[in-house]
Amino acid sequence: MTKTLLKLLILPITAITMVSCGGKKTSDSGNSNLSGDIKIDGSSTVFPITEAVAEDYKAQYPDVKVTVGLSGTGGGFKKFGRGEIDINDASRSIKSVEDSVCKANNITHLELKVAFDGLAVVVNPKNTWVNDITVAELKMIWEPAAQGKIKYWNQIRPEWPKEEIHLFGAGVESGTYDYFTEAIVGKSHSSRGDYTASEDDNVLVQGISTDKLALGFFGIAYFEANKDKLKVVPVDDQKDENGKGPITPSIETVKNKTYAPLGRPLFIYVNSSAAKRPEVQSFIDFYLTNGGALSQEVGYIAMTDEEYTAEKAKFNEFVKALAK
Amino acid sequence: MNSSQKNRLKDNAFKYFGIGCTLFGLLMLAIFLGNILIEGIGRIDWGFITSFPSRNPGKAGILPALIGTLWIMGLTAIIAIPLGISAGIYLEEYGKKNRLANILEINISNLAGVPSIIYGLLGLEIFGRIMGMGGSLLAGASTLSLLILPIIIVSTREALKAVPTSIKEASFAMGASKWQTVWYQLLPASFGGIVTGVILALSRAIGETAPLIVIGALAYVPFVPSSPADEFSVLPIQIFNWIGRPQKGFAINAASAIIILLLVTFILNGFAMFLRNRWQRKVKW
Repeated sequence: MTKTLLKLLILPITAITMVSCGGKKTSDSGNSNLSGDIKIDGSSTVFPITEAVAEDYKAQYPDVKVTVGLSGTGGGFKKFGRGEIDINDASRSIKSVEDSVCKANNITHLELKVAFDGLAVVVNPKNTWVNDITVAELKMIWEPAAQGKIKYWNQIRPEWPKEEIHLFGAGVESGTYDYFTEAIVGKSHSSRGDYTASEDDNVLVQGISTDKLALGFFGIAYFEANKDKLKVVPVDDQKDENGKGPITPSIETVKNKTYAPLGRPLFIYVNSSAAKRPEVQSFIDFYLTNGGALSQEVGYIAMTDEEYTAEKAKFNEFVKALAK
Repeated sequence: MNSSQKNRLKDNAFKYFGIGCTLFGLLMLAIFLGNILIEGIGRIDWGFITSFPSRNPGKAGILPALIGTLWIMGLTAIIAIPLGISAGIYLEEYGKKNRLANILEINISNLAGVPSIIYGLLGLEIFGRIMGMGGSLLAGASTLSLLILPIIIVSTREALKAVPTSIKEASFAMGASKWQTVWYQLLPASFGGIVTGVILALSRAIGETAPLIVIGALAYVPFVPSSPADEFSVLPIQIFNWIGRPQKGFAINAASAIIILLLVTFILNGFAMFLRNRWQRKVKW
């Protein structure tokens, strides 16, 4: 009995040690003596970009361990405010409540823009009537007062059919929801509640692609990957200074900011005490140098070269001020 | 129709209803497995198992997540098995049967039904923050140990209860102490049941995502954890991450990772069955 019990306990231990020793590779290749840990958490929207940057960074600086979590923008800011992470991925700006937590814990930080995302408004391909939509109409559909009242397409435009409208959108915990409501309703985190919500955009894609009466929104990458199943609706913000008429989301229109107000910047927030460390400085520099190309590769939209240079300058100044 | 015919008819009706119910569950499982296998089996190769995560779905692999899962399973087993079995033995054989014991018993059974995310929050505060473990493997394993302890305790007690009283009494009659009775008679006789409970508990822990995300398990880990203090990712988190991505390639990767996770679970279960069968052949009354 004793022996078997002992064996039972030892088996998993040896198995693990064997596997972990076998898998561990201490690579000495690479051209730098930088080392250390960089802890990143936050938005699942920004995650693919940070993951791509970390992947390429590792090839150059193998001794710097960059880890990335998926707690969401809000969850990440909670950890950021406690000083538990160095960098937070954010799909919206920091809220004043979150900022006051940082202040209370003596954490100062810097916001850096790393890429753009466009929120695409989409309908089912069988929807023949909607060819464009205005921001005012979107507001009418999504504002809290619309709950239970705006139920039919013809309430939005009389020439649209008197058929039910089925709404799909991001879950209320996501930065995407905060951004959309801010841009469309005018107040962050405020919308009608009677719509199909999911934190997983693929669920929304599934829903809209099988429902003729659906209307929804999500990141442009999800539209690009499902073009054959969805129809994108050009959005008109009725302000001529940033492009006349309805505008279709695309790399160009988001980059030149004519796809307003649904083109949005994505951020990373850097903790100032982390920004003093050389490996973090080199990582941020790497991020702002390669982030553009990498964000395109994972489905987002790069900023212009001038914008990246400006963000770099902003960071260098921040670091300089810290050194004083 | 007389009443005996009626009864027979009812009997038959229930039989077919029961077959239907059984087949329904199996059919759903078969559809699910079929779907996953068709989608994911082609993607599994040695590179998939030994590569790190990547933005390129064709190059991405599950190495850190797989090793993280193995670490978590090992550590959880080391923490939860001795604690759970000892607590079960105490409650069943030593503890007095009074009101306190009743309250304990009800609470332990209730704990088995508490949503796992609650354990995550508890683990984050106690292990992660107060005890300073952060988002380490040890914090994750401790949290999952709490989660599965009630299952192990309850199944240990059930297994001990199933040992015939005559065995126990015979042992006492021979002058054996309580400990000798437990060690030489009860544990060997109930070993099969206990192992089954332990494996079921570990199988639950292997699929948990929510509590680990709460305590700070990561989604991108570019190294293989080498000590319990390291940060980690596990397979369910890797799957969750891939399923949320827009590109089709990641959905395929997720299916492949699900196959690997199922495989790990099957191996674990198979190991348990092997142990149980071997043991049961030894016990003869």
